[in-house]
Amino acid sequence: MIETVASADMLIEEVIRVKKNHLEPDMTTGREKRLSIVSGIHGDEVAGQYICYEIIRRIKSEFTKLKGIVDVYPFLNPMGLESRYRDIPVIDIDMNTVFPGSADGTVGEYIAAKVVEDIDGSDICLDVHSSSVYLKEIPQVRVNSDIADDIIEYASRLNTDVVWVHPSSTVMPGSIAYALNDIGVKTMVVESGVALTIDYEYCSQIVEGIFSLMEYMGIWDGCANNTHMPKIAADADVAFVNAESSGIFIPSVKHSGLIKRGGEIGKIVNVLTGSIEEVIKSPRTGVVFSLRSYPIIEEGSLVARVFGGPDE
Amino acid sequence: MNKEIVYSMNTAYRGEYTIYGYSFGSGEKAACIIGALRGNEYQQLYISSLMSKKLYDLETRGSIVAGKRILLIPSLNYSSMNMGQKYWISDNADLNRAFPGNPEGQAVSRIADAVLSYTDGYAYGIQFASFYMEGQFIPHVRMMETGRQSNSLANLFGMQYVLTAEPRAYDRATLNYNWQMNGTEAFSIYSGATERIDEVSANNAVSAVLRFLTRMGIIRYNCHAGYISTVLDEEELLSIRSDKAGGFFRRLAGPGDEVTRGDIIANIVNPMTGDVKSQIYAPTDGIIFFAEEAPMVYQNSVIFKMIRRLHN
Repeated sequence: MIETVASADMLIEEVIRVKKNHLEPDMTTGREKRLSIVSGIHGDEVAGQYICYEIIRRIKSEFTKLKGIVDVYPFLNPMGLESRYRDIPVIDIDMNTVFPGSADGTVGEYIAAKVVEDIDGSDICLDVHSSSVYLKEIPQVRVNSDIADDIIEYASRLNTDVVWVHPSSTVMPGSIAYALNDIGVKTMVVESGVALTIDYEYCSQIVEGIFSLMEYMGIWDGCANNTHMPKIAADADVAFVNAESSGIFIPSVKHSGLIKRGGEIGKIVNVLTGSIEEVIKSPRTGVVFSLRSYPIIEEGSLVARVFGGPDE
Repeated sequence: MNKEIVYSMNTAYRGEYTIYGYSFGSGEKAACIIGALRGNEYQQLYISSLMSKKLYDLETRGSIVAGKRILLIPSLNYSSMNMGQKYWISDNADLNRAFPGNPEGQAVSRIADAVLSYTDGYAYGIQFASFYMEGQFIPHVRMMETGRQSNSLANLFGMQYVLTAEPRAYDRATLNYNWQMNGTEAFSIYSGATERIDEVSANNAVSAVLRFLTRMGIIRYNCHAGYISTVLDEEELLSIRSDKAGGFFRRLAGPGDEVTRGDIIANIVNPMTGDVKSQIYAPTDGIIFFAEEAPMVYQNSVIFKMIRRLHN
């Protein structure tokens, strides 16, 4: 059943509508577990659109297996998705900084408040992201360190390569994940790929993981088809590699590949002089789980994240 | 006046990007004043330019108290203004959501860290700030209730209002909040405008800061006493939303106007037909504190904030 969660007139004629597809068995007892899946908070992250489509399609095609409630909210920032704009257009604010929202602010805060109100009562919520245009990410779950103990058993079902327990901005105050965890809805962030594109392989991996989670929650009567067993990464397991010069980044490694400590991640070159400004080396042995995809670099730009033990 | 380099970094095409500070007087770190953090903060940069000239004149006349040093940083992010962007040009990051920053992080994070380090130890920190909602305010001093704020000091600016507010989730990443956490008494001055120059309120903001610096024994300056400020909690403000429709916003009352319950304070007009879609009424007697100034508004946005009249 498709429902409108929040709506507001735009400036001229059109209406912003945030909708959900509410899926529940034909016969319910009132004791069903409820999973909410949200996506499209950032208008340039499109992988979640395909993931939501696949989840709904598969549930509908094997509807008798559905034993609980799944609410799918594919587009929380519909204007951003239509206009390929990461933030909320016109208001120009990152939507993932305005949760839990408010009736006393912008239309973005109003929508955020309505969404939180609607999700309240869910057992689990997944917030599906696909990085930014700058970095390609390996499929991963991000969990705020404050609630990791309560949530890791669910996060590890999601068929990702990594579960990263980290106070990153997607799970920090202002994010939907933080706001929902604050009211008792266990919420995780799923990241993969790179913005503006759909990596179908990564998406399929995550879709399998979501069905596995649904099975674990008692929402789906099926067999888990997990192909990945995630490694749990604490902050100390992840090295951030930032550029110390500016120019064009030319990678020497493949994304998600292994690298030795001291191995070359890439070069930063000067396009005018033809010179190499910096050779970027890995500070540790591990997996390159984030790699720069947008090549223009300035001092400080994040080039890679490497996951591995510090002493390996 | 001494021109100083607060932070400098290499960029891909623009060469060296340098944040400058201008110091007046010498000795103990008395007051630090910061102007624009975003590329649309023209008014904030303009006030800084007036402030710079005034402080230079005072220094030349020997009116900075011996042993006191004032640091003015007019803009942390002038590249964004050069490019017509609100946020950091390479990754659209909001500098005023990047504090306390990280010296090994991305560009805005490095700038935030450098600015916080450079201004560490100043007794007073004053920022010419813009609000995340665009519109006009009655000029005021805004303080976050961190437990370390001093309302009595804020009164010494002699502005009409001192507004105190519970920090919102994202406020914890602002300059003001982090100054307070670092032991600097922090004040945000809202002059009423952002993307346009309001000459009168700009001059009033400069006068308010000079009044404060005089009262704190940092400069010698003859100024009138200003207002005995009314201290308001942000939660006491009554929000008025465009709850029925979006469209042209024909405003009939503005900041500072006294209104009576039932007064029509705005019309929302259908942009196609010219018909009034919705009339916005004053819900109580009071004074308009904030008013949206965009020509058109979305539905469900806050378009006014009112101070309820306390005494009849």
